[in-house]
Amino acid sequence: MTIFFLLAPFSVLLALLGLAGFWWTVRSGQYDDPAGDAARILMDDVDDAPALIQVRAGKADPG
Amino acid sequence: MALTYDAAPDYSAFLKPAKDGGATFDLLVKGARCAACMAKIEGGIAGLPGVRSARLNLTSGKLSVDFEGRSGDPGRVMSTLEKLGYDSAPYDPGQAAAAQDREGRRLTMALGVAAFGAGNAMMFSVPIWAGLFGQELGPAALIMMQWASGLIATPCALYAGMPFFQSAWRSLRVGRANMDVPISIGVILTLAISFAETLLHGRDTYFDAAISLLFLLLIGRWLDHKLRSRARGAAADLLAMQAPAATVLSADGAQHRRPLADIVVGDLILVRPGERLPVDARVEAGASELDNALLTGESRPVPVGVGELCRAGALNLSGMLTLRAQARSDDSAVAAIARLVEAGAQSKSRYVRLADRAAAIYVPVVHTAAALTFVLGWGLGLGPREALLRAVAVLIITCPCALGLAVPAVQVAASARLFRKQVLVKSGAALERLAEVTHVVFDKTGVLTLGRPTLIDPIPEAVALAAPLARASSHPLARALAAQDGGTALAEEVVETAGQGVEGLIHGLRARLGRAAFVGVEGATGSETELWFAFEGDTKIRFQFADSLRPDARETIEALRARGLSVEILSGDLPGAVRSVAEALDVRQWRAGMTPGDKAAWVKSLATVGHRSLMVGDGLNDTAALATAHAAMAPGTALDASQNAADLVFSGEGLSAVVTAIDVARAARRRALENFGFSALYNLIAAPAAMLGLINPFVAALAMSGSSLVVTLNALRMHRAGR
Repeated sequence: MTIFFLLAPFSVLLALLGLAGFWWTVRSGQYDDPAGDAARILMDDVDDAPALIQVRAGKADPG
Repeated sequence: MALTYDAAPDYSAFLKPAKDGGATFDLLVKGARCAACMAKIEGGIAGLPGVRSARLNLTSGKLSVDFEGRSGDPGRVMSTLEKLGYDSAPYDPGQAAAAQDREGRRLTMALGVAAFGAGNAMMFSVPIWAGLFGQELGPAALIMMQWASGLIATPCALYAGMPFFQSAWRSLRVGRANMDVPISIGVILTLAISFAETLLHGRDTYFDAAISLLFLLLIGRWLDHKLRSRARGAAADLLAMQAPAATVLSADGAQHRRPLADIVVGDLILVRPGERLPVDARVEAGASELDNALLTGESRPVPVGVGELCRAGALNLSGMLTLRAQARSDDSAVAAIARLVEAGAQSKSRYVRLADRAAAIYVPVVHTAAALTFVLGWGLGLGPREALLRAVAVLIITCPCALGLAVPAVQVAASARLFRKQVLVKSGAALERLAEVTHVVFDKTGVLTLGRPTLIDPIPEAVALAAPLARASSHPLARALAAQDGGTALAEEVVETAGQGVEGLIHGLRARLGRAAFVGVEGATGSETELWFAFEGDTKIRFQFADSLRPDARETIEALRARGLSVEILSGDLPGAVRSVAEALDVRQWRAGMTPGDKAAWVKSLATVGHRSLMVGDGLNDTAALATAHAAMAPGTALDASQNAADLVFSGEGLSAVVTAIDVARAARRRALENFGFSALYNLIAAPAAMLGLINPFVAALAMSGSSLVVTLNALRMHRAGR
């Protein structure tokens, strides 16, 4: 049962981390323009993916 | 008539200096609704010299442009947008809707905190519930679980409950009890009693119930906010757009764009064809025709020349006008209408929403029941502590989860459904009011009719002859004529005389298109709804135009009658024009020659004889009536001010959107009432059970989430409504 005294606070701590992450996403305006953000991912010139993935995608593209 | 934009006006009055030495320019872009638009706009604007970045918010349609220095050129941004095919208007720096946005973030955060609190408090509650079923959990472990649950749930509930506490406090201060009052009392009392029970080593604590109740209610609150903010993004931001701008000529002839409020009497204003007059003004130079349709409802263009006084809000049709301002924007004719609108909007804000009406019954009943439980329980020998626990159980189990979620969920589903049908709903209250409508009042010009002239009985050969000349003109009648012909040939050496007509060479032959006198017809009436065309010295051909009915106007009116609604036409136009439309549509109640004030007064008088009227209008002359009516709709082609005054805005050619909107609103009302009925039934069972002490925290958690689920599922049935 003693393990409980470690695990219970630990689980709450983990959840608090999640809450802090959520707080950050709200503060940085990630819910302000859902339509725009959904569309932005389709734009080629603002692709934020790592360079390696972009190169591979470029090679794989037949057209 | 070519529009010249070579001397781009100066918009620097709209630049907002930023802290880092740069400047920001915010504008609203109309019609940017897809990913491709966003890429095109951002790419185009960011490429301009001096622009650091451009970001378009696709949800609200706002474009924010950052300039490197203070001396950026906002005019370039606007002309670039125009070249890309988008209308735009600068935001009045004072009117940014930042406060509203903050409220949205606050609700999102509260929802997140409530979710965290509910999940983690529940984690400690499950072992307690296990204990209720005779599983082993020592007394020490039980107390620890209760403390852990309480320490997590309480701070979260206090934070997440703030929107409710604040609203309850505001409502109590004006002596009314809205739905947030029982919610706040319930949550605070539950937390307090649960803490007392924990201290006294009692069995039942309701920490998890309090926080999950808030979580469920916040979903409803959040949905309601989303509904309103989406409508704001698309339509209500137009209010901020109203501010824009007029072109003022300075002494050296330079053009400056100024916010409307900065225009003073005596300023020289330039109004291009296609623009509206910003203030009441007298013509200094130029001649043109003005379209007063949105101001008075009159469908005929009025010719104006030097020395004539023109009203703010009139649309300049054909020639460039230079005018001298005669009044400030606040004193112009438009502002008088704006004051009528304000008065109407105030009467609308007194409307009591469905949920609040339910609360008016619900609050006294539930609180009496809880008080009775305590008094009777104690009196019948339960002991004060047990009696208080049962009273709290009554408050928790009957807490209006279902009610708080029922209405917003239905309204979000309904407005999503209407959104796909190209009808924009501005608020949930608008849907509730629309469902109660018994009488529909239509404006004529631009609503029942298309609001633009079309050729009557076109003879293809004649049209083909005149079309090359018509295509060269920007006059509405000429454009209507050109629209009838499929060709692309263009006349040469075209000269347009404002307010008279166009002259040019067609296949080397000199020809004229315009007013009777201009073409050389003698003894004609000079009517504004006809055009004459002739080759030099040849026979003269007459084209007649009329404002045509919307294609589905008749069906719409029949459909409205079939739904038990009476129909009426109110117009500012001449009696003859109104009568012909009324007869074509078989509408017996109609009134012509109404001023904006008349319309509003008539709509108001309808209310006194027991009619709840829906006003459908598009013009500035309708805005006061739109604001006064029980519910209001405006077409997407309407003036911004009208779209602001209306509850719903529909786009597309058809009027049938009015019928669809009423159907969906009625279906939404039915669903909401069903949900209320279900909640009442649920409370009829749950409240007595709580009074008898049959409820424990586990049953409370199940009942609450179960009832919320049922009302939400019922709300989702809205997706089939109005088909």
